[in-house]
Amino acid sequence: MIAYLLRRLLWAIPILLGVNLLLFALFFIVNTPEDMARAHLGVKRVSAESIARWKSERGYDKPLFINTAAQGSKRLTDTIFFDKSVRMFALDFGQSDEGRNINHELGTRMWPSLALAVPSFLLGLAIAISVALLLALARYTAFDALTTVACVVMMSISGLFYIIAGQFIFSKLLAWVPISGYQPGLDAVRFLILPVVIGVMAGIGSSVRWYRAIFLEEMGKDYVRTARAKGLSELRVLFGHVLKNGMIPILTGVVVVIPTLFLGSLISESFFGIPGLGSFTIDAIQSQDFAIVRAMVFIGALLYIVGLILTDISYTLVDPRVRLQ
Amino acid sequence: MLRHVLAGLLAIALIACSRDGSDANNPYPASDSSRRIVYDFFSERPKHLDPVQSYVENEADILYQIYEPLYDYDFLKRPYALKPQLATAMPKVRYLDARGRKLPDRAPAGRVARTVYEIHIREGVRFQPHPAFARDDKGGDGHYLYHALTPGDIAGKYMPSDFAQSATRELTAEDFAYQIKRLARPGLQSPVFETLKLIDGLEELQAQLATDVKQGKISPAGWIDLRKYPLRGVETPDAHTLRITLHGKYPQFVYWLTQTFVVPVPWEADRFFSQPGMKQNNLTLDVWPVGTGPFMQAKHDANREIRLVRNPNWRGETYPCEGSDADRAAGLLKDCGQALPLIDAISLQKESEAIPFWNKFLQGYYDQFNSARMSLASFDSAVSMPERGGLDITDDMQKRGIRLQTEVEPGVRYYAFNMLDPVLGGGENAASQEHARKLRQAISIAIDIEEQLAVFYNGLGMPAQGPIPPGIAGYRDGCAGRNTVVYDCVNGKVQRKDIAVARKLLAEAGYPDGRDAKSGEPLILYFDGVGSAGGRIDWLAQQFKKLGIQLVPRLTDFNRFQDKTRSGNFQILFWGWGADYPDPENFLFLFYGKHARSKYDGENTANYINPEYDRLYVQLKAMDIDDPARTALIDRMVAMLRYDAPWVFGWHDEAFFLRHAWLQNTKPGRIIRSSRKYQRVDTALREQQRHAWNRPVLWPAAVLIALLLLGGWQMRRMVRRREARRALPVVDTKALPGESS
Repeated sequence: MIAYLLRRLLWAIPILLGVNLLLFALFFIVNTPEDMARAHLGVKRVSAESIARWKSERGYDKPLFINTAAQGSKRLTDTIFFDKSVRMFALDFGQSDEGRNINHELGTRMWPSLALAVPSFLLGLAIAISVALLLALARYTAFDALTTVACVVMMSISGLFYIIAGQFIFSKLLAWVPISGYQPGLDAVRFLILPVVIGVMAGIGSSVRWYRAIFLEEMGKDYVRTARAKGLSELRVLFGHVLKNGMIPILTGVVVVIPTLFLGSLISESFFGIPGLGSFTIDAIQSQDFAIVRAMVFIGALLYIVGLILTDISYTLVDPRVRLQ
Repeated sequence: MLRHVLAGLLAIALIACSRDGSDANNPYPASDSSRRIVYDFFSERPKHLDPVQSYVENEADILYQIYEPLYDYDFLKRPYALKPQLATAMPKVRYLDARGRKLPDRAPAGRVARTVYEIHIREGVRFQPHPAFARDDKGGDGHYLYHALTPGDIAGKYMPSDFAQSATRELTAEDFAYQIKRLARPGLQSPVFETLKLIDGLEELQAQLATDVKQGKISPAGWIDLRKYPLRGVETPDAHTLRITLHGKYPQFVYWLTQTFVVPVPWEADRFFSQPGMKQNNLTLDVWPVGTGPFMQAKHDANREIRLVRNPNWRGETYPCEGSDADRAAGLLKDCGQALPLIDAISLQKESEAIPFWNKFLQGYYDQFNSARMSLASFDSAVSMPERGGLDITDDMQKRGIRLQTEVEPGVRYYAFNMLDPVLGGGENAASQEHARKLRQAISIAIDIEEQLAVFYNGLGMPAQGPIPPGIAGYRDGCAGRNTVVYDCVNGKVQRKDIAVARKLLAEAGYPDGRDAKSGEPLILYFDGVGSAGGRIDWLAQQFKKLGIQLVPRLTDFNRFQDKTRSGNFQILFWGWGADYPDPENFLFLFYGKHARSKYDGENTANYINPEYDRLYVQLKAMDIDDPARTALIDRMVAMLRYDAPWVFGWHDEAFFLRHAWLQNTKPGRIIRSSRKYQRVDTALREQQRHAWNRPVLWPAAVLIALLLLGGWQMRRMVRRREARRALPVVDTKALPGESS
């Protein structure tokens, strides 16, 4: 298994390089370094000299991938791509184009993102599995039909609607929680309740339907009939057998997202004023801060690879038949 | 499961109620409720708080509370009036000829080789407390405690208050000189360098510093001791006298002295922040300003909150006692003579979206709303437009005690014609130029700005009669100030000319009914803009259709749009300008030939080049601000622009401000950015209102709990029923074949 993991980790290097290459190409097709300079310097009284200075001081005056004016290895190393990529593999993301330390920002913003994402994820998972099991238990009844329809309705509603309606009802009309904002420490709970509830609500429809289908499929299998024939109660069958086996496909979809919880939620964080990595990314895209966008895409790709490896490992844990070689 | 849900709800209720009686939806710490804090917002994190680099409004709202320029605008007087701030009086100006001989005060610009501004600076002004000033003998001649730090010393420190010691020192003229030199410093991008390089020697200093960087003598990443670099145009004959020498004559220079580009920056702060390891911890002058103003930055969490608190070392100032009758009626003179600032702190919260901001304003968690800074989530619920004209607030807002104030902003929005375009500019040929002028005039009449404002902007805006907005010298009200090419005066009121006039002009331009008179081909014009097609573009196309002209939109992203404006690859575009200072020169320069966007990358977007206009502009630029001859010159230039019509003069934005009853001493005035110190907040009223507006409604929680209990009970019943149910139906075994006896 160790050899397998090592192999997967080594594969991550060319994947990250490829992702980075693609990101550079796409970003610089849309934004030239001159565009970036203008975005940072503003639209009033910007001179060609100040743009040239901005680019030069940040290393954006070099060629993107190949420096035809340089000799030897410098043809590849004296480029924007090389300059900006290499340090990222040591997880040193340097300064943003505005001059702020990205590693420090990541370190401070990660916690509010996790404070929102982890409870949303765990609570959402627990509720979705519980409701799906209940539906499997009450399969083909009116309750099942109504809940399934409700799930479809919930899936069809935009996440933004949940946010706006949630803020209006729970913060404005009922005055239970703040509309937006954030305070560190225990006080953060007040600000997180609503986004967590909304996060759960927005995602629960699709999860319940999916998990219900998994559980129903499991319930039609022979081992369930055998368990029933042994005289086990329906609840024992459900929790002791169906849930265990049903968790294998659920894990496939769930474990892979665990590492990416660090990245935060783009819309929720923006609307609820939570100073996490999601709003950090949105701000960077809006202000054309390539250094931050580059760092966030790199981290996203890295975490996704980690998620896939964790998924593989989790298979071996829940299904003894699976071996990593 | 149910137990866990109930426990969770209980926990939520406990947390909600654990705020010492304050409202559960209050986003601020309970300890702040009785403090005189003004709550406002920022939607984008400030990019630059370094006074050399900062040039946008949201940053100015922070910077002007911390740094004090030499001059400021009077808070209440309109039109805007300059007053000394860190200077003791208005500058003494001397004009010198090429030989250095003194010229008379009204010397014509042609004779003036240099202008010398001599400014006396207030004594006894001290900087805010800061570790950069801390010395081992508490302010004596000992060595600085924090000027030789290692990255290890800085580890774990992210704000100046993380350093144990702080001190201050008195402001001197050298601090201004240091900052002026920073305009030329490598590594800093000053957006106004091109304008301020008329300070004698500044350009040479920039070149000198660049050479020293190339030769490795200094590094932009480290501290550059600018005190060692002389700057010819900036002298400090004594500790409190600053002498600035400019090339030529530029009377508008005094307005630049009201801006943060020329504020005192202590070398100690520059040195302190330049140490290795500081930038890694976001400890820079670009994040932590060090000033002499009424407030200082206590917290800079650009993701959440920026908080300014009183500067204990501020020199002090009193609330103004002079104002108009309207100011008196509005209660703006009640605090006459009171010591400033009238508040303890300013809390700027990060708020990216309009809907949460608006709802929090209605809940009393923001003190004011400014339509120029955030779009209104629900215009109709807040503002009504009575038939008599103007704006009013709705009954609901009135019940809450919310007050409305409006201001026509010192700016202008316009449609620019590209004068380099052969159809709209006319090329080199005089006859075709004349045709193009008539075409532009016809379009100026056809685009119904009044309708555009009514349909798309809730009527918020004043149709522009030229580039100069109200409140700026050269603006004229009513029929006398109308654009005679586009408007008539009917019964004493300005009225847009009939479309028939535009059609006639179009025919004279060679396009009767929108078709080329020679070829019969329809006239097609292109509008370059940003974003996606929608109602506004359709509306604009309809305006052109009134003349039979086909308008084709070419919409793209902002970067490409800027490329097009720079390369002159457009026909018509929509753009705007906001004033840097309240002087007509700041609007008329937008048409100066040497500022043409395509050729000089300047602000003349239309690429309008008219030698006669340029001659007048140069004359205007060199005239003293109070020169009575200026008015006639401005009138001539404006008339020229109306006739040539390089722009369709759009409108001057009208901003409106909503403020709660507890916030006092607010007067709209976008040019005045230091107005926070005048604001007063009645915390008792604010607390009372917040309580009244934010009482939690608890019965839905009871219903929710009851529903959950009911649901849980139903589930339990269902599970039990399922458990008790037989797997197969009951079969009467006696009835089975072979079982009968």
